[in-house]
Amino acid sequence: METPLTANIRPGREPLDIAAYRKNGGYRAVQKALRSMAPEEVTGAVKDANLKGRGGAGFDAGQKWSLVPMGGNAHRPKYLVVNADEMEPGSFKDRLLMEGDPHQLIEGAILAAYAIQADAAFIFLRWEYRLAAGLLKQAIAGAYRSGFLGRNVLGSGYSLELNLHISGGRYMCGEETGMLNAIEGRRANPRSKPPYPQASGLWGKPTVVNNVETICNIPHIVNNGAGWFRGLSRTGEGGTKIYGASGRVRSPGAWELPMGTTLREILEEHAGGMQAGYRLRGLLPGGASTDFLTPAHLDVKMDFGSVETAGSRLGTGTVIVLDNRSCPVGMVLNLERFFARESCGWCTPCWGGLQFVAQLLTGIEAGQGRMEDIGLLERLAGMLAPGHTYCALAPGAAEPLASALRFFRDDFERHIREKRCPWRDA
Amino acid sequence: MLSDEEKEEINAAAAAYPVRQAAAIDALRIVQRRRGWVPDEAIAGVSEFLKMPAAELDGVASFYNLIFRRPVGRHVILVCDSVSCWLMKSDRLLERMSGILGVETGQTTADGRFTLLPSVCLGACDRAPVMMIDEDLHTDLDGENIDKILERYE
Ligand SMILES: Cc1cc2nc3c(=O)[nH]c(=O)nc-3n(C[C@H](O)[C@H](O)[C@H](O)COP(=O)(O)O)c2cc1C
Ligand code: SF4
Ligand code: FES
Repeated sequence: METPLTANIRPGREPLDIAAYRKNGGYRAVQKALRSMAPEEVTGAVKDANLKGRGGAGFDAGQKWSLVPMGGNAHRPKYLVVNADEMEPGSFKDRLLMEGDPHQLIEGAILAAYAIQADAAFIFLRWEYRLAAGLLKQAIAGAYRSGFLGRNVLGSGYSLELNLHISGGRYMCGEETGMLNAIEGRRANPRSKPPYPQASGLWGKPTVVNNVETICNIPHIVNNGAGWFRGLSRTGEGGTKIYGASGRVRSPGAWELPMGTTLREILEEHAGGMQAGYRLRGLLPGGASTDFLTPAHLDVKMDFGSVETAGSRLGTGTVIVLDNRSCPVGMVLNLERFFARESCGWCTPCWGGLQFVAQLLTGIEAGQGRMEDIGLLERLAGMLAPGHTYCALAPGAAEPLASALRFFRDDFERHIREKRCPWRDA
Repeated sequence: MLSDEEKEEINAAAAAYPVRQAAAIDALRIVQRRRGWVPDEAIAGVSEFLKMPAAELDGVASFYNLIFRRPVGRHVILVCDSVSCWLMKSDRLLERMSGILGVETGQTTADGRFTLLPSVCLGACDRAPVMMIDEDLHTDLDGENIDKILERYE
């Protein structure tokens, strides 16, 4: 089994410096692309690779790039933004990639920027990733010194400036248009689309935003080709995926596995199954803003299409496990409090709706709920669904809520009937 | 007002952007690193230096969780209260921290040593429950090790 993304990552040890990275074949893809491939060829290879964006929505990376205006008439400067915000609760995969192999991300960013002919690129990193910040700063300096960044990269005539932007801290910064505002020094409220960032992004100029893991795949696609990349996967969606698991499993962690690996394999083989004394009740397949799945879904293949068919979303691919000794209502309350706190307040259904949801759930969890609260929560979840709000935070908040009301309805009703949380005194 | 060193650092940060205002968040953090928090006179200083309205800058400062508009202790503790840590009993951890320090979340100890804040997911969910103190991540907090960890921060 090939694991290109983590091949250089040695747990508990410092990442490769630029010399060691290059010895392992690093920056060869930049040399290849800048010397022998037109930008459109790089985009073409990524398209053929069927690389779905790893930030959560699964948008086709090559297709996104092909929407950027090219040629002499295109507005300039153009920008690439690497989304390294990783604030989706339950997600820790981008941390692994940045702490483990920072040069891989830099190399991928150079290639992506070249493909869209960006003049400047930003890595937008959350402040809390202090280790990654130091490593990336060092890696960027090394890449400049070796001529992979700056003016006239490797004598190709292509120039690129790359800067690290450290976030002020807010979940909304991860939303791509909120991120553009954050980089411009504003509040991270989202922008209405269209226009899409590819046409009008940072300072009104063409901009592509891609997730860290998406970008880390690019050097391998350029080096080894689209066919090879598709062959890494067990399904039609190309590549490997960094999956993870947290909660009461024996060995929580993150692993690079073929795209389309089943939930069962991730949880039983890699996470080692449940801890002694705990049973699996449910799970969120890819972060806080995905619908619950149940033990009946363990054979679902973890790719974007299959998880959607199963009624949820792959999201970030880091699984959050609900065990039988944790209260499902308490878990949903924790999730909705997070969303309520992080809502930017731009649209009423989101801001007001989430406050109300959190209030109702607090009541139920405290044993003060009424049966009609369940219907009310269902209606609120409908109000938060796609189409009613500016950005995907509200729909994301609706997903675990609506699915919990479906799968754990008995538990909600029991709280209300017994006027207490059955888990509290247990 | 801003010191010369602060101005110099802010100018260096601003070089990354085509527009000066873009350095607003960097500037607020530069001030905060030196002063611990962002007082009103720093808002005035930065807004003048970056040529943006003070009210807008204040709006930016208050939007972000990690920009402090009120004084904090010498050390800031961020205890993760998001879902994976919750599943690993982070509420007990927060209670315990609160007990040891004698403050509620959001408060600073009387000796000005610690400020205790809840935090969204710190991206270390596989090592839950976790917290950060200043720039250090502390993981797998089972309750036993907390006193020892706190001792390291004077
Ligand atoms: C509230 C919210 C938070 C988000 N946070 C992140 C994040 O932390 N990292 C990320 O890559 N994408 C995040 N996204 C998705 C981005 O908007 C965007 O789809 C993604 O960065 C595109 O990259 P990709 O096409 O490579 O997946 C978030 C979306 C929303 C609505
Ligand atoms: S959905 Fe929520 S977070 Fe998104 S823009 Fe509206 S209020 Fe802000
Ligand atoms: S939920 Fe606590 S670190 Fe992610």
